[in-house]
Amino acid sequence: MTLSAITIQNLVKRFGNATVLQDINLEIPQGKVSCLIGPSGSGKSTLLRCLAFLEESTSGMITINGEALGFFETPSGKRERLPPGQIRAVRAQTGMVFQQFNLWPHMTALGNVSEALKIVRKMPKADADEKAMAQLRKVGLENRAGHYPSQLSGGQQQRVAIARALALEPKIMLFDEATSALDPELTGEVLKVMRDLADEGMTMVVVTHEIGFAATVANQISFLDHGRLLFSGPPAEVFAKPRHPRLDQFLDTYLDRGASMLA
Amino acid sequence: MIFNPEVIIEKLPELANGLLVTILLWVAGIAGGVVLGFLVATARRFGGFVTNAVLGSIVEVLRGTPFLIQIFLLYYGGPFVGLMLDPIPCGLIGLMVYSAACYSEIFRAGFGAVPAGHVEAAGCLGMTRLQTIRRIQIPEMAVIVLPPAVNLSVILLKESAVLSIITVPELTATVSAIGSQQYAYLEAIFILAVVYWVLVELTDRIGRLAEYRLSRLRFSKA
Repeated sequence: MTLSAITIQNLVKRFGNATVLQDINLEIPQGKVSCLIGPSGSGKSTLLRCLAFLEESTSGMITINGEALGFFETPSGKRERLPPGQIRAVRAQTGMVFQQFNLWPHMTALGNVSEALKIVRKMPKADADEKAMAQLRKVGLENRAGHYPSQLSGGQQQRVAIARALALEPKIMLFDEATSALDPELTGEVLKVMRDLADEGMTMVVVTHEIGFAATVANQISFLDHGRLLFSGPPAEVFAKPRHPRLDQFLDTYLDRGASMLA
Repeated sequence: MIFNPEVIIEKLPELANGLLVTILLWVAGIAGGVVLGFLVATARRFGGFVTNAVLGSIVEVLRGTPFLIQIFLLYYGGPFVGLMLDPIPCGLIGLMVYSAACYSEIFRAGFGAVPAGHVEAAGCLGMTRLQTIRRIQIPEMAVIVLPPAVNLSVILLKESAVLSIITVPELTATVSAIGSQQYAYLEAIFILAVVYWVLVELTDRIGRLAEYRLSRLRFSKA
């Protein structure tokens, strides 16, 4: 039995009257790649955003490496918010990569990567720059360090964004459709960085429409539909026939587009 | 009536004086307006609901009434509430307050145009709210608002002509006086228009240069 990096228990998220996540229970193993797949609106991005504490769950618990994220339950069963410093400390264990990159346009690639090292970790500028440069080298962009985001391609921007998250040495990386805004060629360079990261043993939670990536890299695949976690397991199990009819239906659309490897 | 620019050329020193007053009031008005407007916009954005509502109403009144009326009320109405101001301080205060209201709206829109994701990214990297405001939201806003802020500065230069009605010895007042003394209104007003236009054109050029220089700091490349 592998250790859990993230434990999600009875997680519910409502926006007003709409229930976006219904009673999600999931263990995300340490050092493994866990992919969340499902149709648009199934709640997979919301679930990931809950893990990054960008959305606050309505009820239920998220535990990251044994520490409660955001809320704790009093002995009497009441749910209370943790103090901001403590929330930041737990959040520091995760790094987030967005679909829209979200680089800061007024800073160079190096500036984007070194900013939190200087501001949050209070590192001296020289040390922060050196560390940021090492991260850029890792994603193959050391020669773009002085470029502003507007001067970089989408794939390069996303790799800078990955370097920015990695610079703070998170234990878990969260990817929210990291390649959905990129064309196929640029998607490839970002997926390569993600594969390398997986090979190094980084714990990764990946929301993706790249079924090929999920099938070949993931150790765990979870399928969400209408805010429910329908099933979760290793790819061999999940993709093996006979499949869950909802997954079959979902995969058909991919097969139509040539992902014949899964047929 | 013959167009005779000589009558104006004789009066160049007076004209230069008026121009100087206009430029000083304008620059001070911009400086005060930008600082005050920035504080108002920041307080409205991050200071909670009540602050936003109170400042918002004040801004709406200032932006919703003509500058001419505001300055008239301040100068001629002020003494009724014990506010006795000389023309120049009165003009300066009026210009600053009016421009602060206008700049604050530009800055407020600028804050709104900073993508939420940029703020979320900062939060994910452990930045506090204050750090995010200071390091991400304010700098990004500043780049976004440059074109409308330059535009407003140009409008304020032209609005400063209104100060002539409270006897501030600025360019328009000076030139009107010359016009009446010499009975050479056409020449005077013509020169006046040219001087304002040159100033506006200059400001525009500087603004465009700054915009060009800053273009790589924003995503939407014009």
